[in-house]
Amino acid sequence: MNINLTLIGQMIAFVCFVMFCMKYVWPPLLAAMAEREKKIADGLAAADRASHDLELAQEKAVERLKEAKHEAAGIVDAANKRGAQLIEEAKQAAIVEADRVKAAAQAEIEQETNRAREQLRGQVAALALAGAEKVLGAQIDQASHAELVDKLASEL
Amino acid sequence: MAGSTPTVSEYITHHLTNLTFGKLPGGFERADGTFIGADGAWVFAHDGAEASAMGFNAIHVDSMLWSIGLGLVFCWIFRSVAKKAQSGVPSGMVNAVEMIVQFVDNTVRDTFHGKNKLIAPLALTVFVWVFLLNLMDLVPIDLFPKLFELAGVHFMKIVPSTDPNITLGMAVGVFILMLYYSIKVKGFGFVKELTMTPFNHWAFIPVNLFMEIVGLLAKPFSLGLRLFGNLYAGEMIFILIAALFSAGALWMVPAGLLQVAWGIFHLLVIPLQAFIFMVLTVVYLSMAHEDH
Repeated sequence: MNINLTLIGQMIAFVCFVMFCMKYVWPPLLAAMAEREKKIADGLAAADRASHDLELAQEKAVERLKEAKHEAAGIVDAANKRGAQLIEEAKQAAIVEADRVKAAAQAEIEQETNRAREQLRGQVAALALAGAEKVLGAQIDQASHAELVDKLASEL
Repeated sequence: MAGSTPTVSEYITHHLTNLTFGKLPGGFERADGTFIGADGAWVFAHDGAEASAMGFNAIHVDSMLWSIGLGLVFCWIFRSVAKKAQSGVPSGMVNAVEMIVQFVDNTVRDTFHGKNKLIAPLALTVFVWVFLLNLMDLVPIDLFPKLFELAGVHFMKIVPSTDPNITLGMAVGVFILMLYYSIKVKGFGFVKELTMTPFNHWAFIPVNLFMEIVGLLAKPFSLGLRLFGNLYAGEMIFILIAALFSAGALWMVPAGLLQVAWGIFHLLVIPLQAFIFMVLTVVYLSMAHEDH
């Protein structure tokens, strides 16, 4: 347990190791650690930002969805209305058309009836004239008895 | 030692003797009866008496080699990690080393408020190195001495921190740094601190000077001797427990239990003493930086 040169030797070794540590160990280690710390902090901040962004996006998406639904509902509504309107229009058009067709048919029927009646009347007049000719046994002057015949025919 | 079974006291003395290489004075009679020439000679001491006769001109080869070896282990491990360390995901050894570095860095930050690039690496070196020196205490005490004896080396003390030269060597290193920074930071204020405190009157200068110098010198001594004392005592108990094994078969079990208990206790003492040495180093240097 003597104090001797070992003391000096240890001091020299001490200085050497401290200098080595100061030059080659401490700075790179601390630099790496500081860098990693920064990286982690950045990463966390980015994650925070991302989650915030996500929240915003979700909010926006929900809003858009709501809007879209609203819009879709509007479109369906309009379509329904339009459909009803079309049906109504078609119905109206059909009624009008039907009326028109009916009127035309009636007019034709009337016309046909009138014509048939006219024809019939003419034939009846001729028949009546022929009958009268036979009954009278004489010639009836066509011209002088035309008025009478016509009157007879119209009364048929 | 060789041949006969040593007595307990021989055993203990043997374990407490360093492998000493030094200069024996001229005319000294060695243990084997030979005499040293008139000019003296550099030889390995054969026993404690020869080591004492060498005085200051001797070196504890075992302490020195283990100390430097462990210092190199520290440098190698930390340097290889420092080269590997990147900002990516750390793993294995890098993690362990960074944990230690972080721990030391925090301790230094808490204690030392000045700006000095030396303090933190110094604290790291002190902490890890002293820890490794102390760790040798857990190696079975007869292992290395026996191995070296087989190789022809008669003394081998493998725990450098049980050598006051080693602990005081570091403490004196720290002391020199304290003086350097005291003068550098405070300049004339350091002289004033030595002479004008605690009694701020010129008539008290001798008293102040005496008290301050005692206080100043107490720091390196307490620093070095505390570590030495703790580890020396621990080593001593390990030796005594080992000696107990030879006291008969009946003592085997209690000796074994004691060995385990003391070993477990040292798991606490070893890092604690390293930590104390580091913290005191930082505190003393911090005081050297503070201007009153």
